[in-house]
Amino acid sequence: MYARIVTNDFSQQGLYDELLAQAQQEHAGAVGAIVTFTGLVRDTNADGTIDGISLEHYPGMTETALTQLAQDTMDKFALRNIGVVHRVGRLHNNEQIVWVGCCASHRKSAFDAACYLMDFLKKSVPLWKKEFAADGEYWVEVKASDEHAALAWLTPKEKD
Amino acid sequence: MENILVIKTFAQVREVSGEGELEFSLDAHKTIADVLLSLKAKNDKWALALDGTVICAKNQQLCTPDTPIAAGDEVAFFPPVTGG
Repeated sequence: MYARIVTNDFSQQGLYDELLAQAQQEHAGAVGAIVTFTGLVRDTNADGTIDGISLEHYPGMTETALTQLAQDTMDKFALRNIGVVHRVGRLHNNEQIVWVGCCASHRKSAFDAACYLMDFLKKSVPLWKKEFAADGEYWVEVKASDEHAALAWLTPKEKD
Repeated sequence: MENILVIKTFAQVREVSGEGELEFSLDAHKTIADVLLSLKAKNDKWALALDGTVICAKNQQLCTPDTPIAAGDEVAFFPPVTGG
């Protein structure tokens, strides 16, 4: 497992290879599915074009929260391995922001786990995004849809 | 660190208050809510920075305003998160 905050760009292939190598070391032959997600910087927001973003974090707490979220996700979906990398600092349009990889025995757990991690990353990991527009810099406001996405995982209660 | 809290702020709370990190005398403050009240009364910038939804953390763990505090604690205030 890995959970990292980085400033430089990352190689998806490198992260994938690392994720798979770790999984095969501990669960040789049991990895049947890997789902990866990559988030990129869009060149627009609701008000028009933007010229990149910057991401602020809380050194120490952000790394701890990201690691905890990765571990929780691995446990909840019985994953064979999980990796997550999130960049901070100034990012230009179209650059990679975040990467998540989930290894499982079957595809549904891997897809669900990737969604779950991203939904809770947007709710519980200390990261703040600022957009650069022609007329100034603006902190991104929390979207109601992001709130609902995380809460939706908590709503259906499983009964034994 | 006797009688001292370290306060950290991030994002809008940092920019609007103008203070990213400060030492704060614990004195009679018993909870994070007490600290919030004193900071809001400090000046207009702090009042504005803490107006709205503010998330609290103690020693890098999310917490609620009624959480007790002690000398040496690191207390942080920041807006709802927007990563991803």
